[in-house]
Amino acid sequence: MIYADNAATTKMSPAAIHTMLSVLEQNYGNPSSLYRFGQHAKEILENARQQIASLINAEPREITFTSGGSEADNQAILSAAELGKKNGKKHIISSAFEHHAVLHTLQKLEKDGFEVTLLDVHENGLILPEEVEKAIREDTCLVTVMYANNEIGTIQPIAEIGAICRQHKVLFHTDAVQAVGHLPVDVRAQNIDMLSASAHKFHGPKGVGFLYVKKGIHLTNLIEGGAQERGKRAGTENVPGIAAMATALKESVDSIDKNTAYLTHQRDRLISGLKKIPHSALNGDENHRLPSNVNFCFEGIEGEALLLLLDQKGIMASSGSACTSGALDPSHVLLAIGRVHDVAHGSLRLSIGEDITDNDVDEIIRSVKEVVEYLRGFSPIWRDLVSGKKQFIL
Amino acid sequence: MALYSEKVMDHFLNPRNVGVIEDANGIGEVGNAKCGDIMKMYLKIEDDIIQDVKFETFGCGSAIASSSMATELIKGKPVAQARELTNKAVAEALDGLPDYKMHCSVLAEEAIHSALEDYEKRKNNS
Repeated sequence: MIYADNAATTKMSPAAIHTMLSVLEQNYGNPSSLYRFGQHAKEILENARQQIASLINAEPREITFTSGGSEADNQAILSAAELGKKNGKKHIISSAFEHHAVLHTLQKLEKDGFEVTLLDVHENGLILPEEVEKAIREDTCLVTVMYANNEIGTIQPIAEIGAICRQHKVLFHTDAVQAVGHLPVDVRAQNIDMLSASAHKFHGPKGVGFLYVKKGIHLTNLIEGGAQERGKRAGTENVPGIAAMATALKESVDSIDKNTAYLTHQRDRLISGLKKIPHSALNGDENHRLPSNVNFCFEGIEGEALLLLLDQKGIMASSGSACTSGALDPSHVLLAIGRVHDVAHGSLRLSIGEDITDNDVDEIIRSVKEVVEYLRGFSPIWRDLVSGKKQFIL
Repeated sequence: MALYSEKVMDHFLNPRNVGVIEDANGIGEVGNAKCGDIMKMYLKIEDDIIQDVKFETFGCGSAIASSSMATELIKGKPVAQARELTNKAVAEALDGLPDYKMHCSVLAEEAIHSALEDYEKRKNNS
């Protein structure tokens, strides 16, 4: 079995599992209780907060624990919008290929009278800082741009965008769900006001994440209730999940250089191997991309069939094909970088993990070649392309 | 929980009647690349009996399985009977399809009907 869908979720690290189990077994107290069991749990919670804060160069009080990346995105954007509204600023800048947790929140705000500018991500999947600057208006209250794209892995110039926002006194949020634990994060050096992260993307558990919010920025509650998280996120804290998240993040950040070097090497082997398949194309910039991300379009075939056949060969991956999600349109990310529907349906995303071997990479290349060839063998589109009835796009 | 029934997987992994009939006397193509599904059916009809049928499909697993099953359901049958083929029959023969995949069976029905129309047209023209 080869698991190549780490952008969807990662395997928990043994150390994170160990932390989680020990908290579950030994520290089941409620951090809000004043007796010793409660205070032990509180200590674990605050240690985790401190550890996570120091790993991104933030202060502990700037970390709010959430149920994951989507909640963090929602809360960051809605809070910035609330602040903007108070000052009569109802314009938000984002990009066309953000995660739906961002895009759908922005759509909700549009119904509430906000105006949203979605920046072009260009053919290579990269946002230009100068275009962010051009888009900023007097009434702009927020710029929200993801650190690394979840489908094509392109890494955005976050620090530059942050500097521009700071200069224009506009809040800057980044959905860093794919980046935290995999790319360097320093919220001070990178001029980040708000940042979303999710534990299960860096070998932590599901159902837990965090939102970094620079001190002084007022958060709006999504969940009302008790006074947990300084009154900004009600509900008894997920102590085992939070503790495990801190362990996982520490481990990931400690081995970031080693992992980056190894994954980049294997990623580039995959890219050069898959490029040899005729009428295929890499999606997203070849260099400014996550070390783990490979995303290709293969002309003449459909992605879901490709995934099912790869699964038969023990390879687990993902696709931006409409058929995999039940939607009518293929991935908005692929459309945003200018891929037409016809080829966007034939996409494959491989997001590799640190445990991938040389043999695994060879096996993936061999299997993808085989499956693409097989599906093209009875594809009427492929027949038309080969016979010259239709023009190749890729 | 599996995404598809065993029957769907069987017809997807081992599709029946894949390919082209060079001397087909009824050809139908439906769907478009924009939506991610194209089915092409080739019929060889003699004495009003479907002697042979082959398909080519660009599409997802259930599109391929639906094409395969549709060919099986009409192979060797009289034209009149093939004309009665419905998407429901295709989906049922596959032990069901997920709701959002029912259009694959519709496409299979349409592809067969389109090929039969082509056959009638050619017959009337000759």
